[in-house]
Amino acid sequence: MKRVYVNEEWCLGCHLCEYNCAYANSGIRDMVAALKDKKIFPRIHVEGEDRITFAVSCRHCTDPICVKSCIAGAISKRDGVVRIDRNKCVGCLTCVLVCPYGALAPGEDGIMQKCELCLDNACGAPACVAGCPNRAIVYEERSAAE
Amino acid sequence: MKRYVIIGNGVAAVGCIEGIRSLDMKGEITVISEEDHPVYSRPLISYLLEGKTDTERMKYRPEGFYEENGCRVLYGRRALSIDNVSHTVELDDGTSLPYDKLCVAAGSRPFVPPFEGLDTVKNKFSFMTLDDALALKKALTSKSRVLIVGAGLIGLKCAEGIRDLVGSITVCDLADRVLSSILDTGCAAVVEKHLEQNGIDFMLGDTVRRFEGNRAFMKNGGTVDFDLLVLAVGVRANSDLVKNAGGEVNRGILVDVGMRTTLDGVYAAGDCAEGYDASLGARRVLAILPGACMQGNTAGINMAGGEKEFGNAIPMNSIGFFGLHMMTAGVYDGEMFEDADNGSIRRFFVKDGRLVGFILIGGTDRAGIYTSLIRDATPLDTVSLDLTKKVASNLIFSQDIRRKKFGGVV
Repeated sequence: MKRVYVNEEWCLGCHLCEYNCAYANSGIRDMVAALKDKKIFPRIHVEGEDRITFAVSCRHCTDPICVKSCIAGAISKRDGVVRIDRNKCVGCLTCVLVCPYGALAPGEDGIMQKCELCLDNACGAPACVAGCPNRAIVYEERSAAE
Repeated sequence: MKRYVIIGNGVAAVGCIEGIRSLDMKGEITVISEEDHPVYSRPLISYLLEGKTDTERMKYRPEGFYEENGCRVLYGRRALSIDNVSHTVELDDGTSLPYDKLCVAAGSRPFVPPFEGLDTVKNKFSFMTLDDALALKKALTSKSRVLIVGAGLIGLKCAEGIRDLVGSITVCDLADRVLSSILDTGCAAVVEKHLEQNGIDFMLGDTVRRFEGNRAFMKNGGTVDFDLLVLAVGVRANSDLVKNAGGEVNRGILVDVGMRTTLDGVYAAGDCAEGYDASLGARRVLAILPGACMQGNTAGINMAGGEKEFGNAIPMNSIGFFGLHMMTAGVYDGEMFEDADNGSIRRFFVKDGRLVGFILIGGTDRAGIYTSLIRDATPLDTVSLDLTKKVASNLIFSQDIRRKKFGGVV
């Protein structure tokens, strides 16, 4: 199962992944129309300070605690991908309370959204990875032993 | 082929079904469902009244869940007793179900204190089940004066759910603060003020002494006239089935970290169970939905012959009222660190070099990082946790740990 992995040493802290994520999930074809003068709600975020920065997004855990904790039954894992049914979510933020990675944040409407690896949008593969100028995030297969 | 029986059809039962099926695709699973509905999310009943969800979206699992998992569901049936010698469950229709492994996921019931004159109140409701919520919705009008007894999670969520549908809401509670099960005094005051600003009236440190029809005579001498009464005093674990079969119970059915009761082949999970609370270091009933799911899952895996322990359960709640959001976890014990500014309070509790609890009102972003420190019992000298920071961050971990968290399969 391919997932997004972080090479912290190579992260420049440029936040491009956040913009590419917001654009990819906007459903809008024109990047300027999608992003210009808008507060963005990306599903990946860059954390850090000074010289240490790194991008955080859903780890698609083997045993995801968010799935078992969602009070609406809105989060499920299918084919290795943890997905959220935004139609069922009521915005209680229990998933934020339990995610040990701090990987979830609500969207503009207060309803939760999360990284679903761009599998269901026009990109088909993580836009954050495709647009990272320094290969600080990669999309690949790794085994549990690594 | 193993025969599994699950008493109850709530979230713990779902966890149990999924736990069993993670190991055993063949065994027969029979679910005894007192309610006539497929599993739904009970904490959403207030959102239902508020119009933020509907009965279709409240379904906790998709259509076809039981069929896909090969479960037979007996709707409208109640378990009367467990015979732990013949390994059978007796049902209210006179039939008897044999089991090899049994999970009691019977939930809890509203606790109704013996108020004098309660029988003279015509319009009284509990607020636990979907049917409770639908009955309340049917009875209320835009003029209704509602009295809610109990300022806990259930009573206040009910208040939020119906505020725009009724004339007035008064909430009383014997405790001197709101949400006494999850908030300390200072934090409760902030929430109470916010609720009052949103049109909820409180009579705290006060309760009903007796009812006379639509009038409540209060302990402190006042009276409240109401049209609808909601009783949300508390809940009691449904532990009698196990108790009567000779199993050990306290406030709930006593279980070990594998969700085993003291009866051979019998497990318990969810609101009826009293399991280990890692933050307290002792057993207690943790009546929260995530706990029910994880306990049920643990029970199911063990029933199917696997080995699973749920040793890091802690109380945790994420809840909002009229736009004010709060998150709480663990116990409020040890040394307290506070960080507060306008409208936001963050309180952390540190004991023996470990984070054991927190209350966050506002400033809840990425709070799961804090929760993980409690659940993992992380020694704080191995992380650089600065509790004055306004938001949780993965920067507290060493680069090595971060490399594992974000560069490995987790």
